[in-house]
Amino acid sequence: MNETIILTLITIITAATPLVYASLGELVTERSGVLNLGVEGMMLTGAVCSFATVHYSGSATLGVLAGCLAGMALALLFAFLTLTLQSSQVATGLALTIFGVGLSALIGQSLVGIAFEGLPVLMPELARIPAIGKLLFGHDILVYGSFALVAATSWFLSRTRAGLVLRSVGDSHDAAHALGYHVIRVRYLATLFGGACAGLAGAYLSMAYTPMWVENMSAGRGWIALALVVFAVWQPGRLLLGAYLFGGISILQLHGQALGFQVPSQLMSMLPYLTTILVLVLISRDGGRIRRNAPASIGKAFHPTT
Amino acid sequence: MYPSKFLKQTLIAAASCLMLMSAQAADPVKVGFVYVGPVGDHGWTYRHDVGRQAIESEFGDQVETTFVESVPEGADAERVIRKLASSGHDLIFTTSFGYMNPTLKVAKDFPDVMFEHATGYKQSDNTATYSARFYEGRSVIGTMAGMMTKSNVVGYIGSIPIPEVVRGINAFTIAMRKVNPDATVKVIWVNSWYDPGKEADAAKALIDQGADIITQHTDSPAPLQVAQERGVQGFGQASDMAAFAPEAQLTSIVDNWNDYYVERTRAVIDGSWASQNVWLGIADGMVAFPEYGASVPDDVKAAADVIKEGIVDGSLHPFQGPLFNQAGEEVVAEGEVLDDKALLGMNYYVQGVLGDLPK
Repeated sequence: MNETIILTLITIITAATPLVYASLGELVTERSGVLNLGVEGMMLTGAVCSFATVHYSGSATLGVLAGCLAGMALALLFAFLTLTLQSSQVATGLALTIFGVGLSALIGQSLVGIAFEGLPVLMPELARIPAIGKLLFGHDILVYGSFALVAATSWFLSRTRAGLVLRSVGDSHDAAHALGYHVIRVRYLATLFGGACAGLAGAYLSMAYTPMWVENMSAGRGWIALALVVFAVWQPGRLLLGAYLFGGISILQLHGQALGFQVPSQLMSMLPYLTTILVLVLISRDGGRIRRNAPASIGKAFHPTT
Repeated sequence: MYPSKFLKQTLIAAASCLMLMSAQAADPVKVGFVYVGPVGDHGWTYRHDVGRQAIESEFGDQVETTFVESVPEGADAERVIRKLASSGHDLIFTTSFGYMNPTLKVAKDFPDVMFEHATGYKQSDNTATYSARFYEGRSVIGTMAGMMTKSNVVGYIGSIPIPEVVRGINAFTIAMRKVNPDATVKVIWVNSWYDPGKEADAAKALIDQGADIITQHTDSPAPLQVAQERGVQGFGQASDMAAFAPEAQLTSIVDNWNDYYVERTRAVIDGSWASQNVWLGIADGMVAFPEYGASVPDDVKAAADVIKEGIVDGSLHPFQGPLFNQAGEEVVAEGEVLDDKALLGMNYYVQGVLGDLPK
């Protein structure tokens, strides 16, 4: 039984990690005032590029890097269209998702049906410690990276000058511009960070979660990540909580079904969404907190001359 | 998604049409396909696309095929089917249950176009339906699972609780309990046909709860990959998935549409096409199996072959009485078999399946 609990917790970590990456990137992007609805597309492109790189080069490190860069490439395209050419962020983001789905399918045409053993465990010696070894040390680098990234992002946004600039750009681009900050440059960087994270989320899917490439393998996780950002009131700590809550309930409802709980499976499948929304809404129902954290000029185009 | 691919396909079709016209060649028969998933799913849609390619290699210049992938079931489907019908296609295959009403609606407006709808039950003068008796395959793998499980717990990943899937679970369980009355089936519904991550998670949950054999009615190879990683065994779905689980895959139920698609296209070419409703199984080759996995013992292979042969020669029916539902009530009496109507509406679990069927 003990072993079962540990294995279940490990499965929950696997389910939550891609959500942490994708939503954390989007959080930073949105905090700079840019709404990028293309997360799903960037994730898929990241997934296929990292898988292709691993397949052809044999190097997992290069694979992770490729996923990251592929997400950034799509984010750069998005940034150029919305920030430089001032196109609508919502429409462009949706188009980016559709584009990413198609592009990843095209790149992955020859990769369907190929298996890969997955990312190696980072600390295999420590993972052999009985009982907790596997739970604490039995993961790949991307899992540990996700925790580090949440901590670093939280610190960056709330404790550094650059983080303050980023938030001010997201709250009032006119005021930030008047103070002499480069609104467009900051937004470019934030969008690129979002792309890199979505690419990492994709890399995790195709290299660790289910180490293979099949079309559309993200199956809507990009959209869940987008929703998590809003329900977590743009705060990294809550985002981590939300992602683990969602991942946790998703896995526990599967176990519940296998144990024969007398609850309709359709309802069980809804549970992760219901619980996550409920919990995050309850802990964030303070209007002041929402006003303090929601980027006021999200989705609005900025042009220095206006 | 599909618009870009569709555009590409249409352009290619248009370009080749122009070329053919200039060469004064005979008009090729145009065959269109509507897919519910991506062709790269390595499962359901992938196998339909293999069938499409079989048409191309059989008839060469005589045919032209088009496909539109990832078409959601619903209003969008009608638009896509109508587009295919109005762009000169002679034969259109709509390959998912949810396309039933859109297909019939468009078929009414295009009486000269022939339609083939997979897994549906409504026909018209120019709409035929076809489906495969996959439950026959489930009988074969159920027998193997019953003989090979050591924990006597077999995990079954269900997609959506509709009769097609429930029938598969029951056929599997009946065959398994015939060779091993102590074995039980644990079902997890993922409420999706295709979500590799969730399918993998379901497989992990089942293995964590003691299942040493995993079978699935979802489309991705993810559960088998988990089985391979965790050192248990399982069965592929829709296509041969041995590449993902060389040790874990015992065998697979392969959807083989090739012969049917070639035959129906031939019927359009020679003008003999007529509406029909077919439900074909192992005997017609629509349900097929790859080689057994290396870990399958000889006696299990032999037992599985006996089931296959019995189904082919008609001496064995997967739903042969006496059969009991979960409450222990007799649903099929001794000496009787369930007819197709009862099979198509199956909405209960047989004895040996744990848990309640979601209604």
